[in-house]
Amino acid sequence: MDLSAINPVLLIASLMVAATPLLFAAIGELVVEKSGVLNLGVEGMMIIGAVAGFATAVESGSPLLGFVAAAGAGAALSILFAILTQYAQANQVASGLSLTLFGLGLSALMGQSYVGIKPPQMQKLDIPLLSDLPVIGPILFGHDLMLYVALMLIAAVWAVIKFTRIGLVLRAVGENHDAAHALGYKVVRIRIIAILFGGACAGLGGAYISLIRVPQWTEGMTAGIGWIALALVVFASWKPWRVLLGAYLFGGVTVVQLNLQAAGVAIPVEYLAMSPYLITILVLVILSADKSSAPAALGRNFHAAR
Amino acid sequence: MKLTKLMTSAAVAFGLATSALADDPTKVGFVYVGPVGDGGWTYEHDQGRKAVVEEFGDKVETVYVENVAEGPDAERVITQMALQGADLIFTTSFGYMDPTINVAAKFPNVRFEHATGYKQAENVATYSARFYEGRAVQGTIAGNMTKSNIVGYIGSYPIPEVIRGINSAYIHAKKVNPDVEFKIVWAFTWFDPAKEADAAKVLIEQGADVILQHTDSTAPQAAAQAAGNVITFGQASDMAEYGPLPRVSSIIDDWAPYYIARTQAVMDGTWTSGNTWDGIGAGMVGIGEISDAVPADVKEAALAMKAALADGSYHAFTGPINKQDGSAWLADGEVADDGTLAGMNFFVEGIEGDIPQ
Repeated sequence: MDLSAINPVLLIASLMVAATPLLFAAIGELVVEKSGVLNLGVEGMMIIGAVAGFATAVESGSPLLGFVAAAGAGAALSILFAILTQYAQANQVASGLSLTLFGLGLSALMGQSYVGIKPPQMQKLDIPLLSDLPVIGPILFGHDLMLYVALMLIAAVWAVIKFTRIGLVLRAVGENHDAAHALGYKVVRIRIIAILFGGACAGLGGAYISLIRVPQWTEGMTAGIGWIALALVVFASWKPWRVLLGAYLFGGVTVVQLNLQAAGVAIPVEYLAMSPYLITILVLVILSADKSSAPAALGRNFHAAR
Repeated sequence: MKLTKLMTSAAVAFGLATSALADDPTKVGFVYVGPVGDGGWTYEHDQGRKAVVEEFGDKVETVYVENVAEGPDAERVITQMALQGADLIFTTSFGYMDPTINVAAKFPNVRFEHATGYKQAENVATYSARFYEGRAVQGTIAGNMTKSNIVGYIGSYPIPEVIRGINSAYIHAKKVNPDVEFKIVWAFTWFDPAKEADAAKVLIEQGADVILQHTDSTAPQAAAQAAGNVITFGQASDMAEYGPLPRVSSIIDDWAPYYIARTQAVMDGTWTSGNTWDGIGAGMVGIGEISDAVPADVKEAALAMKAALADGSYHAFTGPINKQDGSAWLADGEVADDGTLAGMNFFVEGIEGDIPQ
């Protein structure tokens, strides 16, 4: 056992990368749930984003274009969910689940000719002086662009929900859609926009996995991150900064357990492998003891005539 | 109603199975653990399948199922294949061992071939390649090339085949570089690019500048390329698209001759159960082109090792070798027997860490 082999700076830098897909998916779902819609299709939208982003990046040679396509593909898939739940009044849980299954199947079909191909590499931001700083350089300034986008997204969602009129309207729709409707807000329209936003974010998260974190395309490569994102939103009490905390915690423990293994710590591998899930849930359950509750209209369909 | 329907269709399937032996083309089934496009293990098995098709043309019909999980699901898939009238079924992963034996007991007229396992039956043969010979060549290059003296190793499952590879690579790296140290991460998967990439990154962060993998995807190659100054080896397949750096060489599995021979044996009615275990000499294990990133003298040493293994003048496990706990295993000049190798469950002296149980 040799713990000195673990470099804390590199550890923090790589946990940020490991957490980013989760961050994207969770912040998108947070907005969706704030509007009173429960979309269980995060995993499906992520994997569609992963394959669409990968294919576009390979064909065009530009990873950035890949991310744009991924956001588009995620949003496009979520339109299906929006039509089912907002117009056809279908059950949200069932629609979300079927969206995941559909996404997994469709992505496998779309990605068949992309298995084993090498995608173009995304350049890391290299800011001359800042990136060379000891400790802070690799942690704060040595990443790819999308990682910062995820962080800015968290800040932006927090600010919009807390301080702006748009945020108030979104919350009103999520807490009591009848009252919001009586005040003249277009409940269905607002929810559809939220669903699209959630789809685009999930797509970005998927593309982050297939283009940066791995980078490769394989069937089912999101491996349950979408489900973890869903759980994260609940345990984070629908608060953006807690989503960030939870995601980094999860990413951190994931990376630490591999580091411990490589350093030869004598804990059975199985315990190490389950630790990210256990620790993240434990911490967030303790945090959520402050009784902040779910949006009151979460999962309930709205129809103006009822 | 439903039950009768089921039974008639089963009866029809059985009927097909028996009539297939008479005049229809010989039907050969393949069960794969990953996708055929993994660029590694499964890809090479599928190349073997294609070679069978090319060799026999109309006289043979092949079917395959990809991404079959090891365990009960495998039993279902193999049963399905046998019901559909396959005459010969190759199950190409270690974890299919018990499922193959179970299904074989139910279909005495179907021949089964299980890769890398050790359980045989009247109609179940086993076959494997001596990958550890390739690992000896890898170890020689790795020990010479590492500057940090840390070699990272991504293990899949702690089974004899993988442990053999680690031991062989370590022994030969140590031989050319006494300061070399191995760091081992168990991924507990054959194919999961995200996990493999994470494992490779962690090993690189902890100072490894050589990454050896016993998993099937090219993700560790991509991680090494992104990190720079790290060398890797193609696993199971050439993975040449990552050359000349980070990939400096590879172990290539060549199953085609074996698959063709066994299919021929079924056609001729000469198929018998048995255990085939071939190495570099017989061509079942190939060493991919050693790239120019490797210095000429190292390349020469690696090729000399390959030649010695091929003609049988050198065995990859030649004593003196002690076990990890310091107890003697092989005396000076003694060579490991196949039985011990097939069931190898210990590290050799000098490797740190325990084998997960």
